[in-house]
Amino acid sequence: MEQATTFDHAEDVYEPSLTPDSLGKLGMWIFLIGDTMSFGALLAAYAAVRAGAGIIGWVPPDEILGINLTAGMTFLLICSSVTMVKALESIQKGNVGRMCDFLGLTILGGIIFLGLQAYEWTHLIKHGLTLTGIPEHGLSGDLITGSNLFGPTFYAITGFHGLHVTGGVIYLIVILRNGWTGRYTAEYYHEVEIVGLYWHFVDLIWIMVFTFIYLL
Amino acid sequence: MAEKEHNEHPRYMFIFLWLAILTAIEVAVAIPEYSIVIKGILLIGLACGKAFLVAAYFMHLKLEKRTLALIVITPFLICVFLVIMLMPDITLESRLAEYETPASETQESNEH
Repeated sequence: MEQATTFDHAEDVYEPSLTPDSLGKLGMWIFLIGDTMSFGALLAAYAAVRAGAGIIGWVPPDEILGINLTAGMTFLLICSSVTMVKALESIQKGNVGRMCDFLGLTILGGIIFLGLQAYEWTHLIKHGLTLTGIPEHGLSGDLITGSNLFGPTFYAITGFHGLHVTGGVIYLIVILRNGWTGRYTAEYYHEVEIVGLYWHFVDLIWIMVFTFIYLL
Repeated sequence: MAEKEHNEHPRYMFIFLWLAILTAIEVAVAIPEYSIVIKGILLIGLACGKAFLVAAYFMHLKLEKRTLALIVITPFLICVFLVIMLMPDITLESRLAEYETPASETQESNEH
């Protein structure tokens, strides 16, 4: 609305935004496009390191990483994405209380995810997966050999994603605090939509990380 | 616009159901041992399907202008290209490994 009045006297040069309802949304999309490239670079490097392991070989990920726990973590992030869209839906209908409840659930999902990741990492480090080496025995009990680069690539990629989740939780807490003070209404809800974009992106990236690092 | 959004909302649980089902299929596909190529195609296909559902419905990309969707797809395509661009490096390493083994063998036989 504000834009329309600002450009009233220059209608002939006015070009509508890619996201006419909110410029902040466009800003977040631009950030996410850039972030896609950082994750893309990490995953491409992983592919190169893994395929280039040559005669030393690459340990099958399921010999070191437990898939069941991570499948649960994936499901958890999907659930927190659903509570996020529910929060947006609530505020679009003007229900501030419901939005705060759903935002709280989303934050809870993020915190549990981080807790599970911390548990997984501790377990893996104790088991012998470090930045410089892999465990002697796989989950099946057999002796395993393979490239030492398994550890650093795994910790770099899942760690970078974990950092994004941490940032997302802090971001969501700020939005929840704003919601409590009554900042958002049925007409003014774009900040909730923008944090949602970030959160769904983190979920989307985890879908990719889960596939490439754990399952393949 | 309001009418359009109203129609989108009941779909959220439907999308959630699909995401959960696709995750279950992914795990079921990943566990048995078979050709890594077929497994890779299946898993990457399923992951792309899930990514599409999240971007199109949760991030409302379907409701945005088409140009934005095209811009968002570009980095994903560039990432695929990035992997292809790294291929020479990968094949070079394995070719060197192949090249070095017979060479050292011939040296040893010469010494004898």
